[in-house]
Amino acid sequence: MQEFLLIIRGGEDLGNASPQEMQQTLQHWQKWMGDLMASGNYIGGQNLESEGLTVLNSTTVTDRPLVEGKELVAGYILLRANSAAEAAEMTRGCPGLARGCTIEIRGIRQLHHP
Amino acid sequence: MSASSHIDQAVNHLFRQASGKMVAVLVKIFGPENYTLVEDVVQDALLSGLETWKFNGIPDNPEAWLFRVAKNKAIDIIRRKKHQYYIDFSSQEELPPAAGYTPADNFDQYWQDQAIRDDFLGMMFACCHPDISPENQVTFILKSLCGFSTREAARAFLTSEDTISKRLYRTKEFFRTNHIRPAIPPPAQLSGRLDAVLNSLYLLFNEGYSATQHEQLVREDIIAQAIYLCQSLLEHEHTRQPRTSALMALFCFHAARIRSRLQADGTIIPLSQQDRRQWDKALIASGNEWLNKAASGTTLSPFHLEAAIAYEHCMAPDYAATNWKMILSYYDALLQLTKDPVILLNRSVALLEYAGAPAALQSLEAVQHHRQLNRYYLYHAVLGEIYKRMNEKDKAVACFEQARQLTAAQQEQQFLTAKIADT
Repeated sequence: MQEFLLIIRGGEDLGNASPQEMQQTLQHWQKWMGDLMASGNYIGGQNLESEGLTVLNSTTVTDRPLVEGKELVAGYILLRANSAAEAAEMTRGCPGLARGCTIEIRGIRQLHHP
Repeated sequence: MSASSHIDQAVNHLFRQASGKMVAVLVKIFGPENYTLVEDVVQDALLSGLETWKFNGIPDNPEAWLFRVAKNKAIDIIRRKKHQYYIDFSSQEELPPAAGYTPADNFDQYWQDQAIRDDFLGMMFACCHPDISPENQVTFILKSLCGFSTREAARAFLTSEDTISKRLYRTKEFFRTNHIRPAIPPPAQLSGRLDAVLNSLYLLFNEGYSATQHEQLVREDIIAQAIYLCQSLLEHEHTRQPRTSALMALFCFHAARIRSRLQADGTIIPLSQQDRRQWDKALIASGNEWLNKAASGTTLSPFHLEAAIAYEHCMAPDYAATNWKMILSYYDALLQLTKDPVILLNRSVALLEYAGAPAALQSLEAVQHHRQLNRYYLYHAVLGEIYKRMNEKDKAVACFEQARQLTAAQQEQQFLTAKIADT
């Protein structure tokens, strides 16, 4: 088993969504996250604020330049899986995928795991 | 799933309910002339909730969480003074008496449970201002207090999004130009204004109940909203009047029967053939409770009588056992209150069952030249049924055909086609 970081990019454009549609989206996420947690493979995850800072060098700190929706990291999830392919399989039901998100999966390199 | 659990589920719509309450409070803070700003703040708060909860799960008190976000956003807007919004702090009750006031202190007062409830009702009264047309009233209520999007409201009223946008715009303009402040009216005006609100809820409920071309979910959604709004009126001592209870009883009795009214394919099932075992007993029981609570005071409203009629139908073990005599007397009383020809038409159905076809026909003769009634499909459908019982087949078929031409709803046309074939 290895740990994987799932980087969820892109927002679902819910600027015009009705409260009802938001509620439905949330229910879909709860179902998916719930299943993931129940599987025992889930380690943790958080939503990230859409504004941030970028440190370019020791003297320059700028507002985060990536403001385009698709590039925006909406959140991350940490998982345990046997392979990246297996982790990818677990993202199948992620409600974000049907709503314009992409998910990048990166194995976390560990000392004992050359 | 039974109808009531379904309706409970629809009522428990956290995002919608929170949205309506936030709109009401923020309209109080920013004034109805800044309604667009209010909508932006609400949308922002809901989006923050959605994004955070997606990953972290829903907090213990999600509504309070949303209110806190909305409150902070409102404070930000006031502090930044980025926009030149006109904020009315002139009213005495809105200013805290203590010195050292900060916007945050003042804002906390807006978000107390009781204040939110009052603002929610205040907004309902503003939406039902007598100078706003009934269709604009219900449209704005759905949008502002029930959290319907323009698209959802268009589906609810079977009209275009364009039409809904125009209705909303007119109401916002009315608020702006007439400086309408949402508030529960003072005692002297309460009675008349409450009537307007109740009528508006009645219209909303009817929209959900009678529009047969709706899909089931949309219909139950509107019904649930009407019940939710009536419930809010019943929770406040000033609006908890016997006629409010009567309206709630009426809603419960009708909602109890909703699942048995249509077949799976949408075909209408007449009352006489409905499977009464499908009627929701819990909702009928709540209807009874509200009807009991309505039986106080001195005024008899049309809602009392309509609820009493619906009660008789819900209580009858089968169609044949219906207490038509009692129902007829309620219709007579209704006619005393209002000379509505549609009530006369409905009364004639009770008369048909109680006194027979000739008596029913005679009662309808009084309104046979009524122009609006003549364009109403149900008038011809009832006439057809009367002739059918009198074995006047040609006349019956002609009436059913006339009725079929007058309705646009497919289910009603199918129903009448079946009637013609059966005559």
